[in-house]
Amino acid sequence: MKITIASGKGGTGKTTVSSNLTTYLASLGKKVVLADLDVEEPNSALFIDSTLVNTKVSNKMIPQWNATDCLLCGKCEEVCNFNAILHLPEEIRVFPELCHSCYACSELCPTSSLPMVAEKIGLINEYESELFSMVEGRLDLGQEMSIPLIAQTIEYVDEHFPEHIKIYDAPPGTSCPVIEASRYSDFVILITEATPFGLNDLKLAVETMKVLNQKVGVIINRYGIGDDGVEKYCQDENIPIITKIKNDREVAKLYSNGELIYNKIEHFKNSLDEIITFIGGLK
Amino acid sequence: MREIVVISGKGGTGKTSLSASFAYLAKQDAVVCDCDVDAANMHLLLDANFKEQRDFHSGELAIINPQICTNCGDCFDVCRFDAITKETDFHVVDAISCEGCHYCSRICPVEAITMQTQKTGDIFISDIKNGAKMIHAKLGFGAENSGKLVSKVKQIAKELALKEDKSYVITDGSPGIGCPVISSLSGANLVVLVTEATVSGLHDLQRVYQLTKTFNLNVVCIINKYDLNMDVTKKIEIYLEEQEVAVIAKLPYDEDFTKAVSVAKPIVEFDENCKLTEQISSSWEKIKIILKDR
Amino acid sequence: MKIVFTTKGNSWDSAIDPRFGRAEMFLVFDDENDNLEVIDNSATESMEHGVGGQSSKKMITVKADVVITGNGAGEKALKILKTTGIEFYTGAGEMSVKEAYEAYKADRLDKQF
Repeated sequence: MKITIASGKGGTGKTTVSSNLTTYLASLGKKVVLADLDVEEPNSALFIDSTLVNTKVSNKMIPQWNATDCLLCGKCEEVCNFNAILHLPEEIRVFPELCHSCYACSELCPTSSLPMVAEKIGLINEYESELFSMVEGRLDLGQEMSIPLIAQTIEYVDEHFPEHIKIYDAPPGTSCPVIEASRYSDFVILITEATPFGLNDLKLAVETMKVLNQKVGVIINRYGIGDDGVEKYCQDENIPIITKIKNDREVAKLYSNGELIYNKIEHFKNSLDEIITFIGGLK
Repeated sequence: MREIVVISGKGGTGKTSLSASFAYLAKQDAVVCDCDVDAANMHLLLDANFKEQRDFHSGELAIINPQICTNCGDCFDVCRFDAITKETDFHVVDAISCEGCHYCSRICPVEAITMQTQKTGDIFISDIKNGAKMIHAKLGFGAENSGKLVSKVKQIAKELALKEDKSYVITDGSPGIGCPVISSLSGANLVVLVTEATVSGLHDLQRVYQLTKTFNLNVVCIINKYDLNMDVTKKIEIYLEEQEVAVIAKLPYDEDFTKAVSVAKPIVEFDENCKLTEQISSSWEKIKIILKDR
Repeated sequence: MKIVFTTKGNSWDSAIDPRFGRAEMFLVFDDENDNLEVIDNSATESMEHGVGGQSSKKMITVKADVVITGNGAGEKALKILKTTGIEFYTGAGEMSVKEAYEAYKADRLDKQF
């Protein structure tokens, strides 16, 4: 089973819920793995007491200019739709950060002067804690595209943990990276807060998931401050509200220290129980 | 005209609420610019009226004409994104997976593939509170947030500010460290980094600060929820001191922040007299002074 | 010597375009024969990425010695132009072309590289 935990708005509690949920499930004896797909800002490792057991370099393929046989014909620049290749008077310049790895320049070059080579875009780190494993994708600073790394992290988890329940902590937002983190899952849980911001971004996220044909459920976090706009919307749209996590400064304090919450705060644990019951009912 | 860009690395630190507060305080002397095009929120706090709308186009989609397609499969062979599949008599492109690279359309032996520019978003020019204007946008579902829409929004904002002789462009940036943030930061005269007193906040602050360093930008910082965790606040302050980044405000953890959002107001409008407003107003004054010296 | 200005118009009175990558046009002034040439750069407006590279290429093709602009070269333009020997000046963002030229001669502009 693959479950993505996402949200339109950032800071609603994706990492809080995914790290606590995974730890709790593991403590109940379930085979579960946590994948942190927020590759621009992966935070989950801050909350799980664990050791790094494996690092895999994540690459994307980019063309590398070989001057030897090059005729400087400029065909490469012509076929690149992303301005990643510049045909200058005396050389061919490649901008790896713009390259989408379509291979057109490399394969259409008449002299094979642009072989594709691997370039590092980030790391996939696997951590082991007492009860379960966690995998994060970590994008190098200056790399502009996160999707290849998200895809590779998902692949790594599939390969190394085929039998486990997979919890994906998605990046915030509603565009391509979130789509990549959600498209292969069985279910998507959207976390929001009961404010106009939360509602606005929830609607965007729900629309995105509709395009993907994904089933969704909502968790309302910091319940108690704000208004009932989110609740009304979910009712109108027939979207299940899985649980409402109470607004509690103590929760915020534990989070601020990088500590887990469910083992210290009763109502939070109760919310996790509701999530687990809901997930159990999915099959 | 000076541009202030507010970013945060991590989501949920209060970036948008603060940008909206600065916008409210600047009154008519600023053009406001919401570059968080993936999940734009500022319009909710500033009563934006979506007066003018423009289509935004980006990226291209390969379209295979089933009537011309001979089903040879050359397109399938070259597509690196698994975007092409075979139907009974012709091949078809999956819109979500297509990268718009043109490769298939270039090599199709019967020219059955055309590349079509997609409308991927909407740009809005709105009147907002205090008689100012705001440029904002909505990215279409599944559209790539390449930074181009952010670029366009910023460009319109700057042109308007120059035309109407406004002193400031106040830009609410995107979260993260990728393309949209880089685009948000382009040409900034001052970057205001908003962080929070949590370990995640510190972690993300360090990553996004490195980004501003590579572009040689002037940076100041606001620490939100500072009294939630004094230990972490101290760690943040030490880090910022090492980097020679000034802290222009430390905001207490206060539910008024969320209450203000709930009634669709920037905090400085919600309660003119609270501690938060005092701190935010004073930081806005500091920002103006810093910009005067440049 | 060839001096290139990033501009919004095609004459000495035109405003400098503060951007380099997406500058509307480039005005090339050849101080050996007082010739003024206009290069249209408007195609970059609709490009998503890599405009710095495209604009830099134009500087190399036209054999610029000096570039005068407002904000500065971005990362990609920097990568290409830094090794060419072209001198890159910023700070002219709010001037006219004529004013920018005077400022350059009087050493009042910032040199990026």
